[in-house]
Amino acid sequence: MNVVVCVKQIPDPADPGALDPGTKTLKRDVKLILDESDTYGVEMALQLVDKAGEGSVHLVSMAPNNERSGLATALAMGAASATLISDPALLGSDALTTAKLLAAAIGERDGVDLVISGSESSDGYTGTVPTQIAAVLDLPSITAAKAITVDGGQVQIQRQTNAGYDDVTCSLPCVVSVTAGVVEPRYPSFKGIMAAKSKPVDERTAADLGFDAGQVGWAGAGQEIVDIAAAPARSAGEVVEDDGESYTKVIEFLENLKVI
Amino acid sequence: MDFTPNPDHEAIAEAVDRVCAQYDDTYWMEKDDKHEFPWEFYKSMAEGGWLGIVIPEEYGGGGQGITEGAIVLNRIAASGAGMNGCTALHLTMFGLNPVVKFGNDQLKDTFLPRAAAGDLHVAFGVTEPDAGTDTSRITTRAVEDGMGGWIVSGRKIWTSKALESEVVLLLVRTDGEPGQGFGGLTLFLADLNRDYCDIRPIPKVGRNAVASCEVFYDEMPVDGWRMVGERGKGFHHILHGLNPERILLANVACGIGEAAIRRAVNYANERSVFGRLIGANQAISHPLAQAHMQLKAAMQMAALAAWRYDNGLECGEQANTAKYLAAEASYFAADQALQTHGGLGYASEYHVERYWREARLQRIAPVSQEMTCNFIAQNVLGLPRSY
Repeated sequence: MNVVVCVKQIPDPADPGALDPGTKTLKRDVKLILDESDTYGVEMALQLVDKAGEGSVHLVSMAPNNERSGLATALAMGAASATLISDPALLGSDALTTAKLLAAAIGERDGVDLVISGSESSDGYTGTVPTQIAAVLDLPSITAAKAITVDGGQVQIQRQTNAGYDDVTCSLPCVVSVTAGVVEPRYPSFKGIMAAKSKPVDERTAADLGFDAGQVGWAGAGQEIVDIAAAPARSAGEVVEDDGESYTKVIEFLENLKVI
Repeated sequence: MDFTPNPDHEAIAEAVDRVCAQYDDTYWMEKDDKHEFPWEFYKSMAEGGWLGIVIPEEYGGGGQGITEGAIVLNRIAASGAGMNGCTALHLTMFGLNPVVKFGNDQLKDTFLPRAAAGDLHVAFGVTEPDAGTDTSRITTRAVEDGMGGWIVSGRKIWTSKALESEVVLLLVRTDGEPGQGFGGLTLFLADLNRDYCDIRPIPKVGRNAVASCEVFYDEMPVDGWRMVGERGKGFHHILHGLNPERILLANVACGIGEAAIRRAVNYANERSVFGRLIGANQAISHPLAQAHMQLKAAMQMAALAAWRYDNGLECGEQANTAKYLAAEASYFAADQALQTHGGLGYASEYHVERYWREARLQRIAPVSQEMTCNFIAQNVLGLPRSY
């Protein structure tokens, strides 16, 4: 069972992020960490390989400045190896270009049974990359998986919906994006951290993957960021004076949120 | 001088932070209130392999130095776990250092792999009611049983974690009389055999998740191979671990201070009085800034001491200085955090009173600030011995 997990390294959400007014994109020249939403995919992949009793988990990531702090975390969790796509020419790449590059790196590997990714990154939130990867690789795509079971050449997915979940069966190989589901991502152990230092990380440029400069970065982007603006300040909450009937307001509020 | 961040150290700190994040202040408050050992936390740390990181690799440990061990304890303390978290595993992590350095092969093979796995709980039995800092007055005695073993009788106090521990590093008198120097003291790694010892927790101010105990030994048999190092050199063997202990406790103290400042800053940024946030008042902000600076300075000295120890250099001055500065900084920080909270700081639910109780301990254990000053005055400045 060979699983590739796409992981993103993002600025630490605990530190206030900043937008670059020049590029109108998030500043990513700080230390990057593994996107927490990707830890679920890594954990699912590790469990699937453990259960299969053979194979390994390989990571694919695209990041500026050869940044690999987040990869180190996923390797410390137990992934065996990684491909890091890093190239100054990639600055400004849009979601589709990113998907093409990740797909190219995945396509270089033989015997991939399953590709897993998070549903959306915690800094970009496009949510389109997993499906685009599947399209580029011409593989089936299943989104919003909260549980994955592999049985022979097939994969059974519990796919999250507003009402509950759908049971989906799909042939392998395929691309599955996962939600924060039923797995509990493991914490890197001390020995995992030390072992991660000697695990192979292949660095690839756009040219290595067969792309020329005009196809990637700002030049290759099919979209333009026209403007950026600060998020509006949080407005004050609604104050309800309790006249004995205020519980109806609470129910109404929760119903509007669709939590009851 | 090279202050470049070490990626391994950052990874260790981040990983320990993640484990500790599962156990919030409410968890530690409850453990402290109920006097319950934090088993869940202990197991999480053991599963992550953190308890064995300074045990040599040949015994299944991580083979790291005091520098790395200190990072682990600092992050545990800074999470809000404080002394309750650190003492729960400190002796499993570091207590067997005399066995690593001076123990026979049977002792090492039997106990170090279990300590590395976090499977061995260790207590430390040195202090006695009439022999605190003056260790030469130890009266707990081991006599030969005529068959290669020993019989131990006597009384120890402040044996932390005795209730949970399977073994105790026990410093006893095998020769000579109390007060006649250190030559008659011998170190054993003995089973805490409940048939021959009576363990009584000592009611105390804080760090109540881990009991400190009075232990009465009543003719407790100890096999001969359980002697650590040489007969009559027990004090020397323990002495070897005193500088690391000071370095580690300096890191713990600074961690408690960090937790206290974090809570104080959050509160000062939220609490509004007379129409303004209290953090806007210099009477609040300046002491917190001072506490932060003092903690940073103490941490630098602790890092220097750890680096010197790990590189085989003399570090008595640095380790004692770090311990002194960290204890003062920790207590100042916790006290200011409590002051920042006003009356609410005295309430358990704001947690700073727990930090404050634990920070106070730093100024008396493992060595008092006064004895630390004596060491510096005599051994660094060359002044006459004062006691």
